[in-house]
Amino acid sequence: MAILINENTRIIVQGFTGKIGTFHAQDMINYGSNVVGGITPGKGGQSHLGLPVFNTVKQAVDQVGAEASIVFVPPAFAADSIMEAADAGIKYCVAITDGIPTQDMMKVKNFLRRFPEDERMILTGPNCAGTISPGRSMLGIMPGHIYMQGNVGIVGRSGTLGYEAADQLKRLGIGVSTSVGIGGDPINGSSHRDILEHFERDPETKVVLMIGEIGGPQEVEAGIFAKEHMTKPLVSYIAGLTAPEGRRMGHAGAIISAAGESAAEKVAMLKDLGVTIAPTPSAMGETVAAVLAKLA
Amino acid sequence: MDIHEYQAKEILTEYGVKIADGGLAYSPEDAVQRAREIGGSIWAVKAQIHSGARGKAGGIKLCRSHDDVAKAAEELLGKRLVTHQTGPAGKVCGRLYVEAGTDIAKELYFCLLVDRSSERIVMVGSAQGGMDIEELAQTRPEAITKIYIEPSVGLQDFQARAMAFALGLPVSMINTAVKTINGCYRALRDNDANMLEINPLVMTGKEDLLALDCKMGFDDNALFRRHRIAELRDKTQEDPREMAAADRGLSYVGLDGDIGCMINGAGLAMATMDMIKLAGGEPANFLDVGGGASPERTEKAFRLVLADKNVKAMLVNIFAGINRCDWIAEGVVHAVKKIDMKIPLIVRLSGTNVEEGRRIIAQSGLPIITAETLAEAAEKAVQARNEVVAREG
Repeated sequence: MAILINENTRIIVQGFTGKIGTFHAQDMINYGSNVVGGITPGKGGQSHLGLPVFNTVKQAVDQVGAEASIVFVPPAFAADSIMEAADAGIKYCVAITDGIPTQDMMKVKNFLRRFPEDERMILTGPNCAGTISPGRSMLGIMPGHIYMQGNVGIVGRSGTLGYEAADQLKRLGIGVSTSVGIGGDPINGSSHRDILEHFERDPETKVVLMIGEIGGPQEVEAGIFAKEHMTKPLVSYIAGLTAPEGRRMGHAGAIISAAGESAAEKVAMLKDLGVTIAPTPSAMGETVAAVLAKLA
Repeated sequence: MDIHEYQAKEILTEYGVKIADGGLAYSPEDAVQRAREIGGSIWAVKAQIHSGARGKAGGIKLCRSHDDVAKAAEELLGKRLVTHQTGPAGKVCGRLYVEAGTDIAKELYFCLLVDRSSERIVMVGSAQGGMDIEELAQTRPEAITKIYIEPSVGLQDFQARAMAFALGLPVSMINTAVKTINGCYRALRDNDANMLEINPLVMTGKEDLLALDCKMGFDDNALFRRHRIAELRDKTQEDPREMAAADRGLSYVGLDGDIGCMINGAGLAMATMDMIKLAGGEPANFLDVGGGASPERTEKAFRLVLADKNVKAMLVNIFAGINRCDWIAEGVVHAVKKIDMKIPLIVRLSGTNVEEGRRIIAQSGLPIITAETLAEAAEKAVQARNEVVAREG
C-alpha cells in the first residue's frame, strides 16, 4: 500500500530536459520509479532519457496516462506549472522548486480549491525533498538507499533531517512505509495534518513520525487531528530549541513570530495532546522503536 | 527584506495614502534644511533603522526650534539604538527622517500581512493605536479586528468599510478611510510585500487620515521581479556576516555561543544546534550550506564561521543526499589546510559515499575529530570546546 505513490504510479517530470530535471529523473528511474515521460514546452515530440517529451501536461495525461508529476521548474514559473498539472488532471504533484514567491503560492492554493475535493490534485512542497515509498517508488531528490521498506510513516518539512530519521530507523532495523517532505515554505501544498490523514487510512503504516520545526501553527493542528481522529500513535520531534525570536532559520517558515510557535511551546502543546515526543533529534529512531514495541 | 520608514512612505504616497510632510537627512545641516522646507514650528526627527519601537529606544525626538532639530540630528546620527526587535547588538542610525508635527486627534493601528494559517492576506486593525499591538492582542483581543482577503478577488470595499467602522472613525471619514485602506492593500499586493504596518495611523483634528509611521517587509523570493524594491536594500541595517553569506549563496545567522556550525539543510542545522545545547554547549551560528557543497563553497563556509572570533570549536554535520560525503571530506581537508585552522574540528558525515568520505578524513593526517552519530558529534564538540576554554584559563 504505502501512501501517495507506489510501484505502479505513472510519473512525469515537469522541467524534464533541464540540468536538474535530467539528473533527478535519471536517479528516480534508477531507483525503479515508473517514470513515463516529461514536459518541456516547445520540445514536445522529442525523446529524452529514452522517454517521450510533451509540450503540455494534458498531452502527457492523455497519451501516457500520467498520474503524478514532479516539478523542477525555476521559481518564477513554478506556480504556473503546478496549476497546469492540476488543470490537466494530475492526481499528485511534488514541487521541489525552492524560492517560489508567497503570493504565487496563495494563488496556487486558491486555484486548487476550485476543484471538488475528490477531484482535487494533492500537492506537497514546494521547497521539499519529495516523497518516497521505499522499495516501490521515489518521487523526489533524496538518497533512496538510506530508506528501508517498513511500516513507519514519516512526514517533515526538512529534507536532511528526514534523512537523519530514516537512517536512525534503519540502524534499528525499522523500515518506512512512505516518507513525505512537505517543505520549508510558509505556505505549502499539504500540511502535516493533511499527510496524517493519508497515513491513518493506510493499513501498512503502524506509527507516524512527524518532524516539525519552529514557526507556524501546523504541528499543533496536526496534534489536534491526531487526538481526535487517529487510531495510530504519533511521535514527534520539533527542531529549533535554540532559535532566537524573530530570526529566520533558513526555511522561510522557520521564524518565530507569534505565541505558541517556539519549539518549547509546541512540544508542551503536543504532549498535552497525547503525542509521544522524541526529546532530542538523535532520539527520533529509538522513540519510534519504543512506541512500535508497545504495539506488538 | 525590510526597508526604512521613509522608503515605505514614499511607496504609500504613490498609492494615494496620505503622510505628513517630511524629508530625508544625512547630517544636522540637512535636517535643519528639511525643517525649513517643511515650515511650521514643531518637527519630529526620526532615526531610520530597521526596527519598530524606536520611540521607546529614544530614536524619535520632538523639536520646537531649528536648533533643537540640529541637536537631535547630531545626537541620533551614528547612534546605536537597541529595541526589543533589534537584539542586544542594536542598529546604527545613518539616516534621519524629519517630519512635520501632526495635530493628532486619535491614534489607530492598521496592518496587512500574509497569514500562514488561512493562506490569505489578513487585515488587522484596532482603535487602540500607538501602543504595543502584541501586548494588546494578549490583554484585550476583542479590541482587534481581523478581516481576511480572498486572493482571487482581492480586497472589497465592504471589507474596507467594515475595517473603517471597526477603527471607530466618524461616518464623515469612512470614504477617506476606504481609499487609504485600498491604497495600502495595493501597495502590499503590487510589490510582493508580506507585511505592511501603520502604527500609528492617525486621525487629525481636520479629519484627515495620515500614516505617521510605516513599516514594510518584502518576500525575498519575489525580489527577482521587484527590482525597484530590491534597490531599496540598506546593507548597513543587516548583519555583515549574514550579508556576506547571502552573497555566497549560504544561509547564515549569527548567534551568541562559541561552537561554530556548518550543516546541510535548515532542519538538520536546527536539530544539530539543539543537540549542542542539550550537550551543554551554545552554538555560535546557524549555517546551511545547502545542496551542492563544492570545495570552494566549503572553504567559504569555513571562513565565514571562523570569522567569528568567539568560536572555540567547530562542528561539521553533513547528511549527503545530492551531496557526496567524499566531496565534502575533500572540501573540509582542503579548507583546514588552506585556512590553517587552529581550533578543534569535529566532523560527522552520513549518507551517500560515507565510507569513502571517512577514509579521506582519516588519511588526511589532520587532527580532525570524527563522529558517527549526531549525539556523538555534539558531545565531542562540547567536550573539545570545554578543553579549549580550560586551557585558555
